[in-house]
Amino acid sequence: MKALNPRRILLSAAAPVLALVVAFVVTSLVLVAVGDPVAEVWKTILAVPKPRQAVNIVNAAAVFYLSAIAVAVGFRMNLFNIGVDGQYRVAVFAAAVFAGQAWLPGWLNIVVSILIAMVAGGLWASIAAYLKVKRGVSEVISTIMLNAIATGIVSWLLLKVADRKAGSNSIETKTIPDSSQLEGFKLIPGATNRVYTLLILALLVGFLYWFVLGKTRFGFDLRATGRSESAAVASGVKVPRMVMTAMIASGALAGLVGMPLLFGQDHNYGTTFQSGLGFAGIAIALLGRNNAVGIAFAALLWAFLDVQSNALQIQANVAQELVNIIQGVILFAVVIAYELIRRADKRLEQTRVARELAAQRPAPASKEGAPA
Amino acid sequence: MKVAAVVSVAALTLAACGDSGSDQPSGSASSSGSGSTKKSDIKVGMAYDVGGRGDQSFNDAAAAGLDKAKSDLGVEVKEAAAVNGENEAAREERLQQLVDAGYTHVVAVGFAYAASVGKAAKANPDVHFAIVDDASDDSKGANVDQITFAENEGSFLVGAAAALKSKAKHIGFVGGVNVPLIKKFEAGYIAGAKAVNPSIKVDSQYLTQPPDFSGFGDPAKGKTAAEGMFQGGADIVYHAAGGSGGGVFTAAKAAGGLAIGVDSDQALTAPADVRSVIMTSMIKKVDVAVFDFIKSAADGTEKTGNNVYDLKAGGVDYSTTGGQIDDIKSKLDDYKQKIISGEIKVPTTP
Repeated sequence: MKALNPRRILLSAAAPVLALVVAFVVTSLVLVAVGDPVAEVWKTILAVPKPRQAVNIVNAAAVFYLSAIAVAVGFRMNLFNIGVDGQYRVAVFAAAVFAGQAWLPGWLNIVVSILIAMVAGGLWASIAAYLKVKRGVSEVISTIMLNAIATGIVSWLLLKVADRKAGSNSIETKTIPDSSQLEGFKLIPGATNRVYTLLILALLVGFLYWFVLGKTRFGFDLRATGRSESAAVASGVKVPRMVMTAMIASGALAGLVGMPLLFGQDHNYGTTFQSGLGFAGIAIALLGRNNAVGIAFAALLWAFLDVQSNALQIQANVAQELVNIIQGVILFAVVIAYELIRRADKRLEQTRVARELAAQRPAPASKEGAPA
Repeated sequence: MKVAAVVSVAALTLAACGDSGSDQPSGSASSSGSGSTKKSDIKVGMAYDVGGRGDQSFNDAAAAGLDKAKSDLGVEVKEAAAVNGENEAAREERLQQLVDAGYTHVVAVGFAYAASVGKAAKANPDVHFAIVDDASDDSKGANVDQITFAENEGSFLVGAAAALKSKAKHIGFVGGVNVPLIKKFEAGYIAGAKAVNPSIKVDSQYLTQPPDFSGFGDPAKGKTAAEGMFQGGADIVYHAAGGSGGGVFTAAKAAGGLAIGVDSDQALTAPADVRSVIMTSMIKKVDVAVFDFIKSAADGTEKTGNNVYDLKAGGVDYSTTGGQIDDIKSKLDDYKQKIISGEIKVPTTP
């Protein structure tokens, strides 16, 4: 039914485009209001990325994508997992500590570390899942709390295991051995840096997300529970079990978020590791409408804005944080636009049905004017 | 000159394609260059840590050095600050952007830049880099000036001053974030205090744990921590907490105690109403180090390797503004000489 209806395609493209236009206008107004150079800012942000920056965009998008997919799994069943932020930090810390010990050689070390990250992320999420199922605690509240607890635990443990290099002031886990560091692909010609090897992981996760949720019984049950719990119960779905599974799956996927960074760039977990990825994931999942392909576009857009904004201070003398305004407005606008479009779509659908019904029964047309 | 300025503004406006002239020439620094009357052809790009210029602390100290270079040497400058929680690639990109924009000397403020400076220095052997607060292999390079300070030595002197001045024989230390760098301050402070009075009581507290770096910019946290120490009987509190230090001063004033400032001479820079409680400050001369790097480049010799700014080199010191420690100055200078001569070795970890 849904597939390949030109009107639907047009309508679903309209929302993001509308959001971008709104973001453009609002940001320009903000710039004018504070007296910053509007033209310079847009020239910098919308400049064609150099090969080096293109690589950075792809890399950042891969990480954002993993985070957004982790969030989307929960969204599809009406679970608001705000805890991706804490889950990925717990997971990447566990994986970094393990990988740093170099107990296993080369690739084996990487694979096992990634599994450890998934287990750690899943376990951390299972606390919120347990509280929801057994105690009825809203996952929104519990995951926010768990984020704060994750920050505390990770920094406390980090101080215990920290490996301090001579002359350095940063605190970080032991660097993973050379044999387990991934060099990356030379995907973009002319770039001096490389695309993360674990971009593959993001693609794989995207495919599995699409397949499992869209094509399997489990995926159907999960989506059904998200749409209507009572209907799902009626069709024999064990809801508490689905909540447990979805939350833990979301956490396990969150565990993957830091992996491209850990193996492809930082090679350890420390005070300079990227933070806030979980919250970016929420925004990107919303923007991409929980759709595997939609999220990919959203992640690329987010990464594009992030990377391009780096030049703002240097080219336009405008604080880089401006990009947060742009991202925030896009998100705000897109949520409103989706709702407007949903209503417009409904109205169009109603008039279409009404027209079809009217065509079937031509007689009532004359009746219409009579009673008034 | 005036004509050149008008022409360049006109060019800017034209380049902006009739954007109703909304942009003030605030970004003029980047686009001048050729017609400049000043002598130096050195262009300095500055990459600040989170907070950037205006943080009343570490970044501002570096900015002071840059400003001096700009006015004394006529170098062209450009500044950019880090974003909280950013990716390693973003730091590399920032340095590379400065190089791409033609800056011949790039100063990275803060140890977070260690790995990115190392990479950027390798990729751009013709550009000279300086990094503040790091001397690790990560940032090492033939074209890198690794600037570090002996914060422990400076802190030793203010620790000794606190012990000499404390009536309660009980003092305190407030650290911004629990990182090795700040532990260096704590270690020196305690060692200095114990050198004067081995039985003195020293309370230590850190405001936040990494990766939460808000402890460097949250006066409310600093106030709470210091209030606790004053209530517990301490009468002098030393802070190494950046912007949170303002809260320590407020608490000292309310409790009738004294405080010790950090990084710059805070009896001159703090809000006027709390200056009276700042007994002394441990000065860390980031500005001097940054200026040195640029000055020596202007003179034709590039600074490279690890340059340690210790007591001997005058990189750290204590301040005497306000005259509150004039009576013990001879004793402190005694300690200073002993540290310089090597007679006293100041620990770096508490």
